[in-house]
Amino acid sequence: MFVDALLLQLGYNATLVAIGATLLGIAAGSTGTFLFLRKRALVSDAISHATLPGVCLAFMVMVWLGGDGRNLVGLLLGSAISAWIGLLCLNWLVQHTRLAEDAAIGAVLSVFFGFGVVLLTVIQTMGSGRQAGLESFLLGSTAGMLWADAMVIAVGGAVAVAMIVLLRRPMTLVAFDPDYALARGLPVARIDLAMMGLVMAVTVVGLKIVGLILIVALLIIPPVTARFWTERSDVVVLLAGLVGGFSGFVGAAISASAPNLPTGPIIVLVSFGCFVMSLLLAPGRGALAALLRHLRFQKRVHLRQGLLALAQGQPIYEALTLRLLRRAGLVRPDGVATELGRARAAKALRDERRWQAVRSDRDHEAAAALYDGLRDIETVLTRDQIAEVDRGIGGPKGVPA
Amino acid sequence: MSGAEFVPLSLPPLLIGIFAAIACALPGNFLVLRRQALIGDAISHVVLPGIVVAFLVTGIVATWPMMLGAAGAAVIAVVLIELIRRLGRIEPGAAMGVVFTSMFAAGVLLLEQSDTSTVHLDVEHALYGNLESLIWLDATGWASLVDAEALRNLPAELPRMAITLVVVAIFIAVFWRPLKLSTFDEGFARTLGIRTDLLGLALVITAAVAAVAAFDAVGSIIVIAMFICPPAAARLMTNRLEHQIAWSVLFATASAVIGYVLAGYGPLWLGGQDAVSAAGMIATVSGLILALAALFGPCRTRNGAPQQG
Repeated sequence: MFVDALLLQLGYNATLVAIGATLLGIAAGSTGTFLFLRKRALVSDAISHATLPGVCLAFMVMVWLGGDGRNLVGLLLGSAISAWIGLLCLNWLVQHTRLAEDAAIGAVLSVFFGFGVVLLTVIQTMGSGRQAGLESFLLGSTAGMLWADAMVIAVGGAVAVAMIVLLRRPMTLVAFDPDYALARGLPVARIDLAMMGLVMAVTVVGLKIVGLILIVALLIIPPVTARFWTERSDVVVLLAGLVGGFSGFVGAAISASAPNLPTGPIIVLVSFGCFVMSLLLAPGRGALAALLRHLRFQKRVHLRQGLLALAQGQPIYEALTLRLLRRAGLVRPDGVATELGRARAAKALRDERRWQAVRSDRDHEAAAALYDGLRDIETVLTRDQIAEVDRGIGGPKGVPA
Repeated sequence: MSGAEFVPLSLPPLLIGIFAAIACALPGNFLVLRRQALIGDAISHVVLPGIVVAFLVTGIVATWPMMLGAAGAAVIAVVLIELIRRLGRIEPGAAMGVVFTSMFAAGVLLLEQSDTSTVHLDVEHALYGNLESLIWLDATGWASLVDAEALRNLPAELPRMAITLVVVAIFIAVFWRPLKLSTFDEGFARTLGIRTDLLGLALVITAAVAAVAAFDAVGSIIVIAMFICPPAAARLMTNRLEHQIAWSVLFATASAVIGYVLAGYGPLWLGGQDAVSAAGMIATVSGLILALAALFGPCRTRNGAPQQG
């Protein structure tokens, strides 16, 4: 079943949902990247919750005009307008009052959502049998998706991606350094608004599939996931789009393969799975890589200190140091240095002496700055320079009796 | 309206609403000042998987297991956010977004997968509660307030919310000085030997307790609104923390009372027949109060606070 779903063999509706979810994931992931780099990830939470009153008002207006009330384009238009008003309120609160952005986000989010809930109950009492289904915008509902709905989502997603391609350079600049962008003469406030407009577009498009509570996840999780793998912003945008698209596609496939698997939550959980994998496994920024780096560093320090102790004939009590030395064949199980161990210890001590000479010599100032107690001196100085240093130190002195 | 109608039908939900609003607004003051306002948002989302897991484990819809589950989920969420923030070196907002949305998604999935059709447990209920249904059937009028027999059948949410409010108030009163110090100048508080990290955690846990107790009665939406709107509005009224707390309590109470009355009677005045969601209306009113404070509050701008004396 699952493989069938992955190959789009599970019928008309499942195929529509899978394509729609993939496009949505790509658009959301790449849009969210700018928001994440701008450190305003949670603004999307306020925007998405602010769509609810718009959906309800649009429904009421359409019913009042004698229409069906469930026309998707009309509902999405209403949600876009109220999300935009919410965004303007948010910006106004941050700019014109002393409230911090997080308080403004929370205020807009809760008040708009609360008002939306009031309108939902009003609609429930309007008495018409047509009201059913507005709650589905809370958590998304892909059952009974129509060709027209899928087209709206596809076109919306495509427009969002096209806008990102067009605006990626100014948005990257603003995301990294708004002050510099302002000094360059870029209209930072307008670019910020464009960024938020994109977020709003993605939110509105995603209402049908994942719902307004979980769309935030698609805007935040893929960028955070992509950030683990690279330090380049354009690659983050691409990767985030990929992760988003992958989550959307696989999530839709999983949800189509069995009953009682709601699409929105499954998509979110798939992307969360990608996030956890990246958090653990990514090279460089991943937790496992950091752990390995730490262990390697610890090993080097212990070996180095152990060798110095051997060379100076001091006893070693540290269990880890002894174990590492033994495993490297530098000491025997009873703690006495082997032939190799004595040689390496002598070399370590001599290197330390060389470093001392280098660090007290003004001529080697640049090299001396690299001293950290671990670095091999051969990686810093040429063979000739080391010979020069050695002449200053002198050969092995006579062993005291 | 007569006491015979008011006491059984409106007094308990009104009191529960007021207690919940104040219990959330009190810690909210510190959260807003510490720029942790969205903790309330995160907690109210992760409450859902907590109650679903509690239901799956115990198999019954009972209050205490669910409160425990919700509190456990809140603690897990806080720990996860901190873990992801440190392990992945991600900014706190994004870490929070990753955790609470994923946990909420897991909650919805669990709810769909498990057979909860026979019990009253759904997403909508967790979101906007059911304040209106908390009525006190045994009451016959004002006299019932001193009637031990009738008092025994008060809605359980009322004493629970009152106790929560007292606990929250005691926490803030006992730790008033260290809380105030560490909120405004964490470095200075640390030099005085205050464990600011533990205090911060205690504050978040207190907020979580208030949120969990309140969501059961009034739903998540009031919890988020009351954590943020009354304290934020109060912040625009004054520069003194003591006054800010007083304002926030006043605003929270006003939101609860006006919101409840508007939800219950507003539609009747406008010619409708049915009441609208009280939780949503209370949140809306708190937003209107915040809007008024943002437009006219004496200390609304960053540098425009009036000089005193």
